[in-house]
Amino acid sequence: MLQMNTTAKGLVAHGISTCIGCGLELAARVILDVLGKNTVIVIPPGCAALFSGYGKETVTAIPGIQSNLGNVAAYAAGIRAGFEVQGRHDINVLGFAGDGATVDIGIQALSGALERGDKIIYICYDNEAYMNTGIQGSGSTPPHAWTTTTPAGKTARRKNMVEIVKAHSIPYVATASVGYVDDLRKKVENAKVSGGPAYIHVHSPCPPGWGFETDKTIQLARLAVQTRSWILCEIVDGVTKLTHPVPKPKGVEEYLQTQKRFGELSPEELTAIQEEVDKEYNKLLKHL
Amino acid sequence: MMRKMLDGNGAVAEAMRLAKIQVVSAYPITPQSPISERLADFVADGSLNAKYIRVESEHTAMACAIGAQLTGVRAGTATSSVGLALMHEVIGVAAGCRVPIVMPIVNRALVSPWSLWCDHQDAMAVRDSGWLQFYVENAQEVLDMTLMAYHIAEDQRVQLPAMVCLDGFFLSHMTDVVIVPDQETVDCFLPPFKTHNLYLDPNDPMFINDLTPPDDFTEMRFQQQDAFDKALKVIPEIMDKFTVMFGREHFMVEPYCCEDAEAVLITMGSMSGTAKHTVDQLRKEGKKVGMIKILSFRPFPVDLLRQYLAKVPRIGVLDRSASLGAESGPLSIEVRAALIREKDQQDIFSFIGGLGGRDVPPETMEKAFNLLLADKPLRNTVWVDVKENALNIREVIV
Repeated sequence: MLQMNTTAKGLVAHGISTCIGCGLELAARVILDVLGKNTVIVIPPGCAALFSGYGKETVTAIPGIQSNLGNVAAYAAGIRAGFEVQGRHDINVLGFAGDGATVDIGIQALSGALERGDKIIYICYDNEAYMNTGIQGSGSTPPHAWTTTTPAGKTARRKNMVEIVKAHSIPYVATASVGYVDDLRKKVENAKVSGGPAYIHVHSPCPPGWGFETDKTIQLARLAVQTRSWILCEIVDGVTKLTHPVPKPKGVEEYLQTQKRFGELSPEELTAIQEEVDKEYNKLLKHL
Repeated sequence: MMRKMLDGNGAVAEAMRLAKIQVVSAYPITPQSPISERLADFVADGSLNAKYIRVESEHTAMACAIGAQLTGVRAGTATSSVGLALMHEVIGVAAGCRVPIVMPIVNRALVSPWSLWCDHQDAMAVRDSGWLQFYVENAQEVLDMTLMAYHIAEDQRVQLPAMVCLDGFFLSHMTDVVIVPDQETVDCFLPPFKTHNLYLDPNDPMFINDLTPPDDFTEMRFQQQDAFDKALKVIPEIMDKFTVMFGREHFMVEPYCCEDAEAVLITMGSMSGTAKHTVDQLRKEGKKVGMIKILSFRPFPVDLLRQYLAKVPRIGVLDRSASLGAESGPLSIEVRAALIREKDQQDIFSFIGGLGGRDVPPETMEKAFNLLLADKPLRNTVWVDVKENALNIREVIV
């Protein structure tokens, strides 16, 4: 067993690391820092399971359980109900799962919890594929992206999970990015006080999965926002607001062509992607 | 104490109310639905102080129950057939994390073909999942065994989840007089729920169910097996305590007219009543037959069976499910394994019957007994109530 000689600064042990340059680790540390000690976390098998620990070694200073892949929200709902009937309403119950466990296999359990109004906080870190199992395509993988199960590039669109969650009319929905930590911090705080259910979808670049240098994670996360490929917004009681408007966007090429997963995109493909990005942004503007 | 007209589902709901479950996560499925409805009524009328989570699937029902129970309250759910199948990966978590949830299973056949009706295939498909399994005979036993199941499952020596298996429709929907004990007596019988070893509490943080290396995995499985071994002693203790407090007797294995029997038929669930009746009838005709009801399938009471069957020359096992591709049905395989002797040459015959809702009337029982008494070798498993033209129905070409 590994003995640590110094104390961790936050609720996540130091010396625990995801892959080099992983956006998820930053997100996890920030999220737990904001939610604080009075929190129970539910983590499915996936990249975030690195924060579940291994054998006798644990990682977080808060209690938690590793769920099955498809029922993060269900465990969270049960935990929340258990605390509620004991009058312990002040405990945050956090579901923390990747895109596979959220937009694919866990969407039913999540939808059920949101529909019932279970007072949980659900945060999806989206690295846009099943990264822990070795880069397989998910419902959140963007079009044209290479994964081991979309070797010629994904032909389908990605699910708009924020719209799906929004359709449940819950008190708080937001997108966030590991490239904008202050924005993420604020949103976790808002989710915490919203009463719940609250949902945050955090964009989290993955160096080995996307094919970029490990020191470029933040830069790439920001490029996603600056090119409007990832829109930072907040939907409070159904009212949408941009938290980081991008009046003068960069072209999508700048974001896409720094990642090996998109390969060589033809000018036609780039134009099509740009049109799609513009369309989505304008669609969102109409909601404001 | 009250006498009430209750069907098996009603008896389950009464028992769960008496056990004061505090979180309900229920998803409707035929023939379990009345349990989900009854519990919702109890919560609505205030007679059960619980939060009702109207879940969107059985998969979620079990996850909610585990999550809730780990915070320190009893959680209740119930299911049937494909609902239990959908739960499969989650029931393993309850077992491995030693969360002593009590879950009534209203036994129903597994698809395909679709069937709404009783057999034991659903529960048998999860017989190795680390849950205690009790197959009950009548509505009273449904209530009694459910109450006892909480006590057994939560006993510190056991700490295993438990399934109380009641036959779909034959028990779930058949109304009978059931003695419902008063809350005070139940509170004296059943200690309040307390979490042991694993719990979720920010005041004492721990991480539950993380990835476990090969270095620990075997030992954790062994701990579960050890708990089943201990349950073999705990169950009779709690059954005795139940008898002292409530006056009714229940047994892990119940022999009926076995002392001088030349042939004994082993059954589980509601058909055990029919088997007893058939024994009575055949005894009147001078046939020396007996039966054994196995209530506790997990843990499997090997020693008791050896004891009761030591001198019985011909033994039959009537399975209400099949183990396709195996030599016989699951119960039969277990009985055969239990009775293996180096010297004794007991004949153990396997019958399969009562599948997909087919009734097991005295005639079927009689047929099984007569085959046992015929003193002819029965090599293969006999599908005792299969139609003669089985391979021709629906024009199957072979």
